[in-house]
Amino acid sequence: MAIRRILIANRGEIAARIIRTCRKLGIETVLATSAADRDSIPARLADRVVCIGPARPSESYLKVETIVHAALGTKSDAIHPGYGFLSERAALARLCETEGVVFIGPTATQIEAVGDKLRARSEAEAADVPVVPGGAVGSVDEALALARSVGVPLLVKAVGGGGGRGMKLVQTVEDLPAAMELASAEAGAAFGDARVYLERFVTSGRHVEVQVLGDGAGDVIHLGERDCSVQRRYQKLIEETPAPELSDALRNALHAAAVRFARRLSYRGAGTVEFLVDRPRGTFYFLEMNARIQVEHPVTEAVTGVDLIAEQIAIAEGAGLRLAQSDIHSRGSAIECRVNAEDPHHDFRPSPGLVSKASWPAGEGIRVDTHIASGSRIPPFYDSLMAKIIAHADDRPTALARLQQAIAATRITGVTTNLPFHAAVLSNPEFRAGGVDTAFLGRVELVTHG
Amino acid sequence: MSLTAADVAEIMRLLEQSSFDELTLEMEGIKLSLRRGAPGAARTESVLVSPAAAAAPPTLAPAPTPMPAQVPTKSASTDPDVQDVVAPLLGTFYRSPKPGAPPFVEVGATVAEDTVVAIIEVMKLMNTVRAGVRGTVVEILPVDGALVEYGEPLLRVRKSG
Repeated sequence: MAIRRILIANRGEIAARIIRTCRKLGIETVLATSAADRDSIPARLADRVVCIGPARPSESYLKVETIVHAALGTKSDAIHPGYGFLSERAALARLCETEGVVFIGPTATQIEAVGDKLRARSEAEAADVPVVPGGAVGSVDEALALARSVGVPLLVKAVGGGGGRGMKLVQTVEDLPAAMELASAEAGAAFGDARVYLERFVTSGRHVEVQVLGDGAGDVIHLGERDCSVQRRYQKLIEETPAPELSDALRNALHAAAVRFARRLSYRGAGTVEFLVDRPRGTFYFLEMNARIQVEHPVTEAVTGVDLIAEQIAIAEGAGLRLAQSDIHSRGSAIECRVNAEDPHHDFRPSPGLVSKASWPAGEGIRVDTHIASGSRIPPFYDSLMAKIIAHADDRPTALARLQQAIAATRITGVTTNLPFHAAVLSNPEFRAGGVDTAFLGRVELVTHG
Repeated sequence: MSLTAADVAEIMRLLEQSSFDELTLEMEGIKLSLRRGAPGAARTESVLVSPAAAAAPPTLAPAPTPMPAQVPTKSASTDPDVQDVVAPLLGTFYRSPKPGAPPFVEVGATVAEDTVVAIIEVMKLMNTVRAGVRGTVVEILPVDGALVEYGEPLLRVRKSG
């Protein structure tokens, strides 16, 4: 069925991003906002705004019934969940299915399959996709036995967790019982699921993920990989494509593994399969699949020329895959910086408030996805992402140079941003050489503070 | 000394549970002001449409079903004796307990704080709306069966006593 009106159940830059594609396609937009976002730029860009609740996400952006009621009440054909909030809640996808509203994303069953880490892991194994050595543990004795066979260091992870929450690093087997207890208690409190599992900790790993599109009937293509190794406490800050300093064999193996995994699920829509590339061993392991559009999707769009939001909508309409694998050509290199309202000199603490002036860069190969202009407010209730600055060029050195100029040309007053941090990373010799691991940022921070 | 996001969330939770409406905390280099977001304080405003949105590209798809009328939400009454009863949540506004039944209240009715004045339905879950004020109903704003937004004025009540 043709989608003519979409309710956007999100805020911030991704809401503005979705509206942009909808306008291009002639699709009307209804933005569901909290009271704190009524005057935001996305609210001004949307064709209609409905206020769904107070500022706190638990009373607005996270209310499944309210979102679906708002879609039905505004006669919207579909809901786009963006990322975060309800994007990976099977309950929203399921209620959409029963109410006849198109959910722009995978099926509820697929969300459940990838949302449970243990299940995702067994699906990966079944799809012949390598996983990190380890496994689920039900007791301390089981954990100790497994730890001895896999070896230390080990990670204790929450089955229902994500974004690094509930994760504990254990250096010696003696530390395991206490770490397991803590991780289990934290996971129970944060996710309502106290189950934990252990896995080998890779001493030097890179986070490389593969963008896929699936038609829901078993056909899956990939749009190349993204390297997101520049992370702070598991939060990505800089992403790029193609992943630098990666052998063609490894790159092709990653793409093929992602397609195998998504194909096994008959995955529908846009998704990302995340891998940990083990640098010392020259191999990779499946981490998880994100069943939604990613924050860093623009770098893929920059090199492939594909509008991923438009493809999500086409798949949701039942048009299937409009592109074959042979239609996907990657040109050049693209790098993205996430500009956050946070203070890099004070442990990256959030810096919400009034943006008195915002002047974003422009120029050849520069794209800025943002919802912030002079006079915008950054409410304290949500994440601190202000903008994504993306530079694209025929080669990585040129993309880097463009991004550095763009960062230098950005002027933000009123709130503190992590722009100086980005400037420091982009001029760092190790980053410029390419192929840094996820521990890189910890080392850079030491340098900046020392 | 600094506050993390978790600290602020915890302080917000404490304020939420307290009987205070406002909290100001000053520490070294930090000033934190929190105000309770009472529904009565949430003044909805008409939606601003940017010039760019007005000049939307031509619609390629067949014309969509007309968007259900978006009644411009009226701003709060300026009369200090008149108080708005606002929607505590988004949903479908019903004036009576079931179809065909007489409305909970009509213009001119006298209401007390706990008088049920409307129902707001969210996915078949009926939520009663109480006046929260003592007085006389002077205006009922949405039509029966309309989608109302969070914070949208439903009734105007002239306060008594």
